Amino acid sequence: MANPHPGRPMSPVEMTRSAPQEGMAGLVSDWSAERRVFDISWGKAMMWLFILSDVFIFACFLVGYMVLRMSTVDPWPDASEVFALTIAGQSIPLLLIAIMTFILISSSGTMALAVKYGYANNRRLTAVLLLVTAALGATFVGMQAFEWAMLIGEGVRPWENPWGAAQFGAVFFLITGFHGTHVTIGVIFIVIMAVKVMRGSLEKSRPGFLTGRKGNYGMIESLGLYWHFVDLVWVFIFAFFYLW
Amino acid sequence: MAEHGQHSVPHAQAGEFDNMELVHPKTFLGKYVWSQDAKVIAIQYGLTAIAIGLVALVLSVLMRLQLGFPNTFSLIDPSSYLQYVTMHGMIMVVYLLTALFLGAFGNYLIPLMCGARDMVFPYLNMLSYWFYLVAVLILVASFFVPGGATGAGWTLYPPQAISPGTPGIHGGILLMFASLAVFIAGFTMGGLNYVVTVLQARTRGMTLMRLPLTIWGIFMATVMALLAFPALLVAILMMLCDMLLGTSFFMPEMLNLGEPSTHEGGSPLLYQHLFWFFGHPEVYIVALPAFGIVSDILATHARKNIFGYRMMVWAIILIAVLSFVVWAHHMFVSGMNPYFGFLFATTTLIIAVPTAIKVYNWVLTLWRGNIRMTVPMLFAIGFIFTFVNGGLSGLFLGNVTVDVPLADTYFVVGHFHMVMAVAPVLVVFGAIYHWYPKITGRMLDDTLGKIHFWVTFLGTYAIFYPMHFMGFAGVPRRYYGYGETTFIPDSIQTLNAFMSVAAIIVALVQLVFFYNLVRSYFRGREAGPNPWQATTLEWQTEHTPPRHGNFGTELPVVYRWAYDYGVPGTKHDFIPQNMAPDEVERADRVDQDAPGRLPS
Repeated sequence: MANPHPGRPMSPVEMTRSAPQEGMAGLVSDWSAERRVFDISWGKAMMWLFILSDVFIFACFLVGYMVLRMSTVDPWPDASEVFALTIAGQSIPLLLIAIMTFILISSSGTMALAVKYGYANNRRLTAVLLLVTAALGATFVGMQAFEWAMLIGEGVRPWENPWGAAQFGAVFFLITGFHGTHVTIGVIFIVIMAVKVMRGSLEKSRPGFLTGRKGNYGMIESLGLYWHFVDLVWVFIFAFFYLW
Repeated sequence: MAEHGQHSVPHAQAGEFDNMELVHPKTFLGKYVWSQDAKVIAIQYGLTAIAIGLVALVLSVLMRLQLGFPNTFSLIDPSSYLQYVTMHGMIMVVYLLTALFLGAFGNYLIPLMCGARDMVFPYLNMLSYWFYLVAVLILVASFFVPGGATGAGWTLYPPQAISPGTPGIHGGILLMFASLAVFIAGFTMGGLNYVVTVLQARTRGMTLMRLPLTIWGIFMATVMALLAFPALLVAILMMLCDMLLGTSFFMPEMLNLGEPSTHEGGSPLLYQHLFWFFGHPEVYIVALPAFGIVSDILATHARKNIFGYRMMVWAIILIAVLSFVVWAHHMFVSGMNPYFGFLFATTTLIIAVPTAIKVYNWVLTLWRGNIRMTVPMLFAIGFIFTFVNGGLSGLFLGNVTVDVPLADTYFVVGHFHMVMAVAPVLVVFGAIYHWYPKITGRMLDDTLGKIHFWVTFLGTYAIFYPMHFMGFAGVPRRYYGYGETTFIPDSIQTLNAFMSVAAIIVALVQLVFFYNLVRSYFRGREAGPNPWQATTLEWQTEHTPPRHGNFGTELPVVYRWAYDYGVPGTKHDFIPQNMAPDEVERADRVDQDAPGRLPS
């Protein structure tokens, strides 16, 4: 089907498109545009959508946790005692988790910087920042493993624990485990991305891992979205498990 | 496109199709097996779904044999009957209808109807199919493990699903969980593709409000699936922990065949909430694509624009949103807080409003249309009947007070089979008859198609209509046999036998359909590019069937909505979406031999 109007002037929809608008008018013009709704790449759109879907997974987990916690007749273990770290004979509540949270949130910062330097075509700094992010993420997972080991040592099991409702261990291990898996997958992909950046695959448009698509620095931003999402989920898990 | 050969799709205008590079394999395996072409993936999805759907069809015949002629067939014992019920339901809802509407029709139609070369991430799209195939194979494997497939009912309610006494608690239920998890992972890959393609990869001039309703239906259903399947995933992960680790997410403390269980304090109600947060949207995941496809079939074969296009779009969106806040109407008798019942009955009944708008609009589309009684049209009209029927019985069940006595009777079985089994399946058939000429280049046989339609349509009424009366009589569902139950009159047994005979006839007539599919592939009449004289983009492709890349050197430009049939002021019966206004004028001036043909 040949385009009957090769040199066709812009259509009214295109013209509204070329002038970005604010507020409600912008929303309407985005959704009534031809070709695309959001002015972002396909990969980024897909990542946002995946995140939305993943939000529902974590929401279901957390709602399930709330239901179980509120419906159990046994007492719920006291978070500030369970998650305390004994240092020099002093029991300090939430110390480990505070450090873990600090590390994960910091990794969001380094990720954001990696995205910035990626777009600035600073290959070396981008790769370093990605590796730092991955290292921080791996540290988080390692500390989580340490925390798990500590709790298991104190007798916490998915089916029982010494302090109260059996569901405590079940939801704790399942939900932090599911989140930890997300972090681990993120670390793996960030390392792969760092290797790609170092090799210069993104400049040379070498067809990439998994999608077979030629890469560009937008991929780092999409990966960054995932990473920030995983961090944001942690904030909720932190609030619901450690502060409630 | 011939001069470019099959192996290269030349780049479209700069910016027209940015960051799309299609992989053009040269080997047979690359082209038809490990294919990244959405159309091939669609056919793979379709054939797999139909194959597993046939298994479910056989299971339903086995169930009918037992119900119609109890104690006649020794191979059906109570356990295997429950396994048939479970697997029939799960396969039909998830592995047949969801996969067929979204995986098969979604893949085939979304890029073509939006004017895209392919899905945005073809490799991921391919993976989606292979995950689906693995999920199906795991599901089939569960028939062959010791103890057989799970017999917990398709809802897989705990504690029953994983407690001793239920068939298949050793291997079957595990494989069911595994299969569902793989299915969800695979679906997510495909679903992300479908949504991003619709939102971000349409051709020039294709605004959302010019999309054919088929795409609207599939699009909204995919969005819903992406948000609903997570609940199922979480539910099965938790139940898996209950089963393997001995946790108590869903398992309460109870006696199990006289033995105290090791679980304590879990909430079976939580599972039901999670399951139906998935399960109710799932009903609309199979209904919305059917709504969309039926709208397009009706408009095309009635030669009339769809009545109230905008209203139809908003109705689809409203139904999609509302379907997320009605889930607990499946749980009126579960023991949840009675105030919930009031809330959910209200939201449920509100859904009837956009749904009724759609039905009115379908009927008004037919009103004074130039109706061509083609086979797809017959199926579309048949859909309206069964859908209205099932929709009305849904209003009964949406009311708490009416639902309580009717819950778990055959009234429910009759209702949901009418509204979400027969109705979407009729649309599936209609859609296959409608698009088969584009997919293969040949027409399906009309006479065989009409036989197939009338036997299927009347047959399904013979099977499912009596179930409403059985429900009023209080016959409970999911029972292997009724024995000497005083409140069930003998005439029910006669009715059961009648329904079973009808079911066998309907099952057999599907062979006519498959014969038609195969025979027409080799011997069918040549279809030409646009046999139904339809307006949408898939009928305007350069080649039939369309090649990889869908369109020629340039993508079509869209000038109008999808429903320009019988436009006043033109000599044309229809105007394709990609026909420019001045082309229409020019074509009007030329005396056309074949009205409706595009000027070249």
